[in-house]
Amino acid sequence: MLELRKDIFADERDDNLNEIGKGTQRQDMLGHVTGTSSYFNDHKLQGMLHLKVVRSTHSHARIRRIDTADAERSSGVRRIIRGSDVPRNLNTLLSLINFGKDDEPSLAVDKVRYKGEPILAIVADSERKAFEAIAKVRIDYEPLPTVFDVEDALKAGAPVVNETYPKNAFIYHDVYDHQKLRFGDADAALATADHVLEQRYQMSPIEHAPTETNGSIAAPDTNGRYVVYTSTQALFFSVDTCAKILDVPSNTFHFIGGTVGGGFGGKVDTLTEPLCILGAMLTGRPVRYVFGREEEMQYGPPRGAERIYIKDGVMRDGRVVARKVRAYFDSGAYTRLSSYAAVKCAAHLPGPYTIPNVYGDVYCVFTNRTPATAMRGFGVTAMDFAIECQMDKLANLVGMDPMEFRILNAYRDGDMKAHRREAKNTALIECVQVAAEKAKWPIRDEFKRASSRKDGRGSRAAVPRTPTDTRGGTTAPTQQRTTYDRQPTTALREPPREPPPPPPQPPRPAAPSHGAGRFSSVFGTRRR
Amino acid sequence: MAKTALQFRHNGSDVAIFVDGGTNLLVALRELIGDMTPKFGCGQGGCGTCSVLIDGELHLSCLTLAETVAGRSVETLDSLKQGPNLHPLQRAFAENFAAQCGYCTPGMLMAAKALLDRNPSPSRAEIVEAISGNICRCTGYEPIINAILAASGGRVSA
Repeated sequence: MLELRKDIFADERDDNLNEIGKGTQRQDMLGHVTGTSSYFNDHKLQGMLHLKVVRSTHSHARIRRIDTADAERSSGVRRIIRGSDVPRNLNTLLSLINFGKDDEPSLAVDKVRYKGEPILAIVADSERKAFEAIAKVRIDYEPLPTVFDVEDALKAGAPVVNETYPKNAFIYHDVYDHQKLRFGDADAALATADHVLEQRYQMSPIEHAPTETNGSIAAPDTNGRYVVYTSTQALFFSVDTCAKILDVPSNTFHFIGGTVGGGFGGKVDTLTEPLCILGAMLTGRPVRYVFGREEEMQYGPPRGAERIYIKDGVMRDGRVVARKVRAYFDSGAYTRLSSYAAVKCAAHLPGPYTIPNVYGDVYCVFTNRTPATAMRGFGVTAMDFAIECQMDKLANLVGMDPMEFRILNAYRDGDMKAHRREAKNTALIECVQVAAEKAKWPIRDEFKRASSRKDGRGSRAAVPRTPTDTRGGTTAPTQQRTTYDRQPTTALREPPREPPPPPPQPPRPAAPSHGAGRFSSVFGTRRR
Repeated sequence: MAKTALQFRHNGSDVAIFVDGGTNLLVALRELIGDMTPKFGCGQGGCGTCSVLIDGELHLSCLTLAETVAGRSVETLDSLKQGPNLHPLQRAFAENFAAQCGYCTPGMLMAAKALLDRNPSPSRAEIVEAISGNICRCTGYEPIINAILAASGGRVSA
């Protein structure tokens, strides 16, 4: 049951709430309970063909030769699509917002970088006939050394996974090979702390396993456009990605989606639409490309793995005085969205606590594993898991109750965060207090009386003196860059884009009369 | 490939189709009959979203050879609604928020119907057992169990 605790921050809110606390029926419920909600695969089109891809059997290999002679003669095969048939066979998802370099082909050309990478697409009269043709494709591979561990991947001499990033790390703003956070002098504070605790945390990749697998159906429309039914979670993102890869204006497509059979982040990568549409373009027929369950589980992008080292300094009285973090986000073979995940990883440091000395290095690393993607709070989730495990261990180390330990170290309104932003509208203390109360977990009176509004600011609002990193001679790329996948030949077609002008500063809103004050990011400036 | 003529009852109506050897019931229902209410989730009997009733008994249509339903009665979610009126189970699912993405819902409803048809007042444990072959990845099991309890007149827990 939902319970609203109106006693907390009562003076910041009126109770003129229209929706919160009241049940509201979903708009799609009637469709769901009658089975009439229309998922992408519930469209049966006249003359529909079926697309399946030939996937790499190696984690890292040069492709010497692709022999499709027998497959082309296989019964029911309409078209075999190669990388050279894809108009712009190199893309990165976040290029739509000018972030990162194109690093991933739709169909691998010279080299495969993870097991299961698509190499050919076969369009046939039925799925079965497509599978029969796939069995007749012969690919001659030259296996290359592999790297599956994020720290090994950054060592000198490691195999280069993705030639776009020869150091196996995503490069931010063409310069930086990691996300860096410096606040105060963590090393000095660690040297004088009563206890130092260093731990290693590892989170595995996690498959979303939606009940509906990824897929799409593309069909020539009656007006020269293509209608596309898709499982995507990111419809407009997907339209633009397809327009880029297929090198046509985005109004070539009429995308229909929105009813998604479970996504959780695993349906934002535009995995099926480009090849599906290309199949429809090349055959003039409706084409369906849907993942089987095995494909979904083995080659669908998972939540990226993370390895996190945390070294904390804590005083006997329970104050955490330094937090030093080194983290590696496993992007797999291509960037997809992991560059952004690593930013979120760094942005979450040092957790919702006021720690006067914070030091963070977060790397987005390429390995020969399945490319990672979004999943519910990606970037933050693993970092939070590590930080909260660490907090329990630290509480134990100084002999404090873990709830009280969190209240003691919690950020408070007016504190300076490690990112040099003032903490506003904080509520961790109140959350811990309510959690303790609900769990009948005894905490002492002084911690029951603590408040996010008290005891912040003052010396806690200061930006401490922060030594700059000594430039320890950044190591040059240890490998020579080689060209594998074709660079887009259309590079000149598009003038270099100017960075977009900064958005105009929105007018500061007047103090709202409604109850959104404390927690709304829009009205977050209300207090102080 | 040789096709086989196949007749059966589909949601109370007689239907006749021609199927390829090896065609499963899920494909026959969706692609040949045009009933899109059973869903494909795994094709290997692991998720339950393709569940249908055959002569009143719960079956996974993805693992059922289409030819084996000759002369039998197949019911899908499309059979539940009576004209414009929702079946009590459908109403209970809607009222108890027992669907999120909706993809497991057809299978869940058929599993629930199979249970209530043979046991009109199941216990909570019997409901949990009855839907144990159906995966909901939005992890909405509690509202689903409550919906089935509500439809059977049982006490819904908070």
